This record gives sequence, structure tokens and C-alpha cells, in this order.
Amino acid sequence: MHELSVTEEILRKSEEIAEHEQASKVTDIFLEIGKLSGIIDESVQFYWDFISKDTVCAEAKLHFEFVPARIHCEDCGNEYELDHDLIPCPACSSMNIKIAGGDEFILKSIEVEK
Amino acid sequence: MANKRIEIVQDILNVNDQIAAETNKLLHSKHIFSINIMASPGAGKTSVILKTLQKLSPAISCAVLEGDTAPVTIDSEKVAGIGIPAIQINTGGDCHLNANLVSKGIQALDLDNLDFILIENVGNLICPASWKLGTDMNVVIASIPEGDDKPYKYPNIYRGIQALVLNKIDLKPYVDFNVPFFKDGIKALNTDVQFFEVSAKTGEGISAWADWLETKIREIK
Repeated sequence: MHELSVTEEILRKSEEIAEHEQASKVTDIFLEIGKLSGIIDESVQFYWDFISKDTVCAEAKLHFEFVPARIHCEDCGNEYELDHDLIPCPACSSMNIKIAGGDEFILKSIEVEK
Repeated sequence: MANKRIEIVQDILNVNDQIAAETNKLLHSKHIFSINIMASPGAGKTSVILKTLQKLSPAISCAVLEGDTAPVTIDSEKVAGIGIPAIQINTGGDCHLNANLVSKGIQALDLDNLDFILIENVGNLICPASWKLGTDMNVVIASIPEGDDKPYKYPNIYRGIQALVLNKIDLKPYVDFNVPFFKDGIKALNTDVQFFEVSAKTGEGISAWADWLETKIREIK
């Protein structure tokens, strides 16, 4: 249930921008979720529907873009995606691998109506 | 009426990270070393912690922050029982500690007279991974009965750790746990990690882990 605090932060930031822009409402919110961020989009949506009621963001649609975690094989240089389980390099079976990225949870942009 | 797109690009988790950085700065100004201990429920976190504190104390002045999802004080009472200050942090059902809870929790401690703060995170292999607390070190306590495949199934929690304490090694004869396979998974996720095999029950290996920790604590003094 840790999505509540991050969803509150999205609302806080969106309200702040809407006020700054003197917008009548926020229509769309664009978010980027890294595979390893531990954030579940359905949970964000669930809390969002609840906490955005009676705010300038009440009708805003959340758009999620998912960013995979890439794995780089240190032995053969192959790159592949981390699906769920950590697996050896599919090209050379090495476990000498490094995870590159996938931790982000970013509020990219919002669309407002003036 | 006109629509307008506003570019933001703000890392939402950054708010937590900023508070964590402030906590770390505060603790360093007081020359306090701190660690965040994560584990699944039942790995033996509290048992390992008690044994560790008994080794470190009284030469090292220690305190513990206990994270729990409900106001149960079983763990903090055990720590207080061996004469170490313990602060209970109730997450209110939340599955992990965050930087804000920790920054409030440490205010209840006498920071001028401490060398070391140990934070026991909520027992969970998924959520605590995403939340920095501002500690100098992240440590995972794993245990033999959990199985050797956990780094492969829950890679996130094993990332960014500086030490892995494998507990309940007294159960090795009874469980098919492939230690090299387990270690390969941990090494794939961390460039530099120290392994310790311990048994909180028999006390085996606790000294090696506690001695290493003491060296780290003294480095910051």
C-alpha cells in the first residue's frame, strides 16, 4: 500500500502547477514507472480516484508509461530485459551481470485546461 | 478554453531521498554510523540484532529503531530488555519504513551520546527496497529455510546492499540450500558485498559479522 504517499505527492505537485497556471482543471497526467521502482500502477490509480475527488485534478486521466529494467552481461556484452526473475545471460549463460536502470517513478508532464 | 501541456519531469521518489540525505547528514555531524536491516518475516532479524548488539555494547553506544506495521512492541521490548534504547516506529499498516518516519524517529534519541543506530525495517522482501532511509549501509538478513533462490525471485531487495547475513546456518544439514548458487545471485546484483554466515541460535559467525560492523562504526568516529 505504499503507493498512497507517492500518489499524494503527484496530487500535491499537480495542484501546485494548476494553480500556478491558473488552470480550471487538470485533464491528463503522464507518469513513467520503472520496473524496479516497486510502484504498481493499479494501486496508484486506486488511491488517485479516492484522493483527487473534489480537487482541480478530479477528472484527470493518469497515463502510465512502463520502463523495463535492462541487464547488461559483463562477459559477452549482451543486453536483455529483466522480466521478473533474475536469469543468467541468455547468450552466454554468465551470471556476471549488472542491472541498469528501472528504478524511476517520474511525473513527466500534465495537461491543463485554462 | 485551451489545453496546455506542462513538462515537469520530477522524480516522485526524490522527496523521500531528499529527507534521507538530510538524515544522513545529521547523523554524520554527530559521528553516528547507521544501518538499515531488511529481511523477510521470520528470517531471524530480531534474534541476529540482539546477538549483534550484545557483542557491540557497551564499547559501542547503540540504539535501535524498530519498524512495525502495527503498534506491537514485542521487538522493541526485547531490545530494551538488554539495556539498549529502542524506539518503536509504527508504519500504520504500511509495508516499509520511509525516510520521513525515520527522520521523526531519530528525534527521540539522544544523538549526542550515540555511536551507532540500527534500523530494523518491516519484514518484507519487496517494498523496503524502494525507500532510502538515510543510513550508511543497507543489510539484508537471509536465512537457510527461505531457500537459495530468493535473490533470483526478489532481485530488488538484494540490490544496493553492502552486507548479506545468512542466518540459521545450523539448519544446513536439513535443508537443500546451495550457498554458491545463492551467493552468485547476490554478487550479480552488487559489485561489492560482504557475506556473513551466522546462527543466532548457536552464536556461530556472529563475532565475524559484529567485528566487521564495529570496524565500520569506528571509521566514522
